[in-house]
Amino acid sequence: MSDMHYGPSGVAGQKAILTWAVHLSVGLLVLLWVVPTLGLLVSSFRTADQISSTGWWKAPFAAEQVLQVRTADPGTQVQEGDLYVIEGQLLDETQAEKIASWGTSSRDVAAYQPGDVAEVRGGGTITVGEDGAYRMENTEPFEGGRGQRVFITAMVPPELTLENYRYMLFDDSNVNGMSRAFFNTLTVSIPATVIPILVAAFAAYALAWMEFPGRALLVAVIVGLLVVPLQLALIPLLKLHLGIGIGKGYLGVWLAHTGFGLPLAIYLLRNYMAGLPRDIIENARVDGATEYQIFVRIILPLSFPALASFAIFQFLWTWNDLLVAKVFLIDATGQTTVMTAQIVELMGTRGGNWEILATAAFVSILVPLLVFFFMQKYLVRGLLAGSVK
Amino acid sequence: MAQALQALTTILIGLGACVGYFFLSNKLVDVIWPPRGANAGRNINRANMIRPWLFLFPALFALGLYLGYPVFETLRLSLLERVPGGGYQWVGFENYARMSGEAKFWEAMRNNMLWLLVVPAASTGFGLLVAQLTDSIRWGRIAQMLIFMPMAISFVGAAVIWKLVYDARPIDQEQIGMLNALVVTLGGEPQTWLTIPFWNNFFLMLVLIWIQTGFATVILSAALRGIPEETIEAAIVDGANPFQIFFKIKVPQIYGTILVVWTTITIVVLKVFDIVYAMTNGQWQTQVLANYMFDKLFVANDWGVGSASAIVIMVLVLPILVWNVRNARKEME
Repeated sequence: MSDMHYGPSGVAGQKAILTWAVHLSVGLLVLLWVVPTLGLLVSSFRTADQISSTGWWKAPFAAEQVLQVRTADPGTQVQEGDLYVIEGQLLDETQAEKIASWGTSSRDVAAYQPGDVAEVRGGGTITVGEDGAYRMENTEPFEGGRGQRVFITAMVPPELTLENYRYMLFDDSNVNGMSRAFFNTLTVSIPATVIPILVAAFAAYALAWMEFPGRALLVAVIVGLLVVPLQLALIPLLKLHLGIGIGKGYLGVWLAHTGFGLPLAIYLLRNYMAGLPRDIIENARVDGATEYQIFVRIILPLSFPALASFAIFQFLWTWNDLLVAKVFLIDATGQTTVMTAQIVELMGTRGGNWEILATAAFVSILVPLLVFFFMQKYLVRGLLAGSVK
Repeated sequence: MAQALQALTTILIGLGACVGYFFLSNKLVDVIWPPRGANAGRNINRANMIRPWLFLFPALFALGLYLGYPVFETLRLSLLERVPGGGYQWVGFENYARMSGEAKFWEAMRNNMLWLLVVPAASTGFGLLVAQLTDSIRWGRIAQMLIFMPMAISFVGAAVIWKLVYDARPIDQEQIGMLNALVVTLGGEPQTWLTIPFWNNFFLMLVLIWIQTGFATVILSAALRGIPEETIEAAIVDGANPFQIFFKIKVPQIYGTILVVWTTITIVVLKVFDIVYAMTNGQWQTQVLANYMFDKLFVANDWGVGSASAIVIMVLVLPILVWNVRNARKEME
């Protein structure tokens, strides 16, 4: 269509360049948006050593790493003539195949080349070959209970591990484990998603299809409440909860989430219900159905898409929430901590342990991402209904 | 296990109570004013006057208690001071005076203004760009979805993700944060980005922009698709180039939607808490109002100043609240 207006020459070329520019820029933008998350995901499958020695983007490649290994213990020494000898293989326990350099002191881990001979502190010498075979010799017997510590620098092939996930989820000895927090988060979000829906649905129906004075005003109030910052509610409600004996706990956080979620729920559902065909409702009324019957048998099933939209919103919001949980749920014992709160705590206490942080974060991100990818249709629909007017 | 049971019981009790309330209250109305018999007409009218309020009552009660009442209570608390040993004492505007004497408060105000200027503009701008670019290509939907994905990630999760991007190692070690790796590759020196005053605000804002752009994209893309074809075809016939079509034909037609996206993100920005709390906790001059308030409430235990700062947030939100309500009323008519 547009080609004919670019003049007689170079039309096709110009268009092609533009198309390529579009593809390229979109590609670049997508890359920019996805790569940070990818970095964390990859890191969660790497060991602490790998993370701290190379950037996550180098995970698919072999990397030079310094590994700490031990020779066999002195109990394995044999006597050859007047020499005491320990022999063995250093690379057996590692993934590496070739040694680039080695050392016996943590202050100079690459002091020797393969084939060099070094003094051992307790007396005697050691030599390490490129293939990892070593030989220790001494004129006196080797003593002590453990083998000699050796640092080897070697190319280690890429390796991903599930160990971090096992440690963070299934290791009972791990005080930082996420399994308790995971179930706590689940305990918070499911009731906090289900309960507001029903309450909101009835109200939305009344606001959409029942005639009564003050209806328009009520809708306006709900639109206003939609943007009231929940920061305002923190102290008064905490005071209220403490005053009436709910205290800090699940009940409090469920009620708070219900209250905070209602404006959006009513707004979304009312807009959707108001758009349902008038005939259906009028006919049912003429046929003598009560409002309750109309609501339960007709409106509720027809409103499924809007109900699903809100449910997804509320689930994501309660699952990802930190502030409400910190104020209304988590008490001094920390037994009821949720994942977001625990991750923040880990950022403070284990800030450098990326294998722990990355895994913890991904455990908490996984469920929302699954919901996002499988229910995207409803999420987008809800967003559009909630804001475009 | 006990916990799962408790949650399940709550759902059942909650749902049961809701259904029971709605069902029984409606039944009651039908029994008191039966829609038949001698007074059928009058009874139906009466029942119809009452029934909407039966449907509305639980929602209105919860809204009033959890959102309406706190607004006034916070206002009241901001004018009081807690007396040691219990009770409150009227202090007028002293909390506000105390707050405005604090450097940290003004730092939070300044930073919030910066956030307000940068984040909505950048998110909406990127959103518009992505929406337009993905409109014409075949894999546009997938691209949109991937850019939309951070929307599902919690602010805390995003904070971890970006802390890894900003990670800094001593100069003689290999950098594991992408930003510093890039800087070093280009010949620069690694920086601890989150501790550089003033500029660190922008590194925090980037996280929210990254999250909100997808939201802007989805909505603006729908708006772009809603533009009548004829207007664009007419422009093409008149010889407009793609840039003119975008800026002079398309953007003016979705101006209303752009405004809605802008204000929605503005509200999010005013309430931003988790990102700052998790990444810097307001250190290195990155304080924002919501985190300042949290600090006052739960660390300093100063309910007076905490409430006063909550009221400041409310006042900042108020213009948008009024604008939204007026739009909604216009639409109802």
